[in-house]
Amino acid sequence: MQDYWQTLALTLRLATLTTLILLGVGTALAYWLAHTRSRLKPLAEVLVGLPLVLPPTVLGFYLLLAFSPSTGLGHFLTHTLGLQLNFTFTGILIGSLFYSLPFMVQPMQAGFERLPPSLAEAAATLGKSRLTTLWRVLLPNCKPALVSGTVLTFAHTIGEFGVVLMIGGNIAGQTRVASIAIYDAVESQRYAQANVYALVLIGLATLLLLLLSWLTKRRPNYPV
Amino acid sequence: MLDFHLVKALHSAAGPAALDVRLTIRPGEFVALYGPSGAGKTTLLRLLAGLTRPDAGYLRAGEQLWYDEQSRAWRPPAQRSIGFVFQDYALFPNMTVRQNLTFALPNSRNQTTVAELLSLTGLDALADRYPRQLSGGQQQRVALARALARRPQLLLLDEPLAAVDYPTRQHLQQALHHAHREFALTTLLVSHDPAEIHALADRVVELDLGHICQDGPPNLLPTSVSHASVNATIEEVLPGCQAKVRLGSDAAFAVVALPDDGHHYQPGESLLLRPTAWEIDAGTKETS
Repeated sequence: MQDYWQTLALTLRLATLTTLILLGVGTALAYWLAHTRSRLKPLAEVLVGLPLVLPPTVLGFYLLLAFSPSTGLGHFLTHTLGLQLNFTFTGILIGSLFYSLPFMVQPMQAGFERLPPSLAEAAATLGKSRLTTLWRVLLPNCKPALVSGTVLTFAHTIGEFGVVLMIGGNIAGQTRVASIAIYDAVESQRYAQANVYALVLIGLATLLLLLLSWLTKRRPNYPV
Repeated sequence: MLDFHLVKALHSAAGPAALDVRLTIRPGEFVALYGPSGAGKTTLLRLLAGLTRPDAGYLRAGEQLWYDEQSRAWRPPAQRSIGFVFQDYALFPNMTVRQNLTFALPNSRNQTTVAELLSLTGLDALADRYPRQLSGGQQQRVALARALARRPQLLLLDEPLAAVDYPTRQHLQQALHHAHREFALTTLLVSHDPAEIHALADRVVELDLGHICQDGPPNLLPTSVSHASVNATIEEVLPGCQAKVRLGSDAAFAVVALPDDGHHYQPGESLLLRPTAWEIDAGTKETS
């Protein structure tokens, strides 16, 4: 039973941290993509979107190699920064950040692009800095996108399997999240245990999607 | 004093052209920018505000250099003393009228300025409404009040009165006239409407394909007749081929002459009126 709560707590911790970090990083990246005229924009969009189409094992495989002390980056991480990433929580957190990136960036970018350019221009003529404009004008008027990005990122991180398995393995309290626990239970024919995890995930996913539809509907003062 | 020579490539429907305008505007002047679509009026306004970057030239506002190609001087819009009223108003949808005005204030100012602006533009009763709960004319007044909140020296208006109906337009013209004098502004107004220019401006600059083709007092304009039209609904058909109508969204009433075209007009029918329709004698065909 203790093992069971530990797994669920770990799953929620991973999803929460991934969502919080991506709220910052993903919003900044979405803002840049929505406003840049750089020639690198199409390339950046492709890179952000890749985790949507690639098998998660591909991403997991390359991260596994990158984190391994036998490669250049892994050597640097292990010996210079003292970071051991393979088969650790930090490792699967970094994997999750890459894997869930498009779920935050794409709705936010679409949200920014839907706003009339005159809103940011009006704030500029009123003497406001870009950061003030982003915080007080653009983000509040992208609330539906912000809510979609947050809920989808959270839900998607809970559902990830391939990346976590590749770089995290199945270590209780470290890397064994709910989806891995289901696989593990089925493999050792503990169907009842797999069933409990699966039902919890179904319940959680349903709740999150209900929350999403409720939050994006009730916005009387914002154009959706 | 505004003194500039601004050059910018235009991408108009008529093909590529270049905006090339050299102008000096005295403090306190009310200048109308007039000309056909694609002449570069809005572009010129955006260049003055710093929302679009010029290709060449210079722009001096009083003692300050806002732009100079040679010395690479550039002041972004946030550092220019301007108020800009956008064609689509650009009110912040997440803020009430009061919050829109408060946001526009520099940090040091307090709420009394907001109260002043609200009463100047007659918005007191609407202060706690969101922009989407306002009519076009009301949004327009908020946009004007917000543009004045920083006490700018230069007020730039991009066809602010194009989307509102005639009675509202007259109301706003008065508010604008009042604000121009009260705040000692130098004002540049983009307008398609000669009647409006006659009512407000003391100088009109006509642009065509990016160049000034006329610069002088408003009576240079060929006609003072406004072509703007207003939707109206017949409330009551009166004897003598006349009708009492409700105008546009403003719920004002007027008596107009109906056209003598054999049609049997009924209450509830819509008409499209030219603004002169209720100022002239009955019997003339002014409705259509």
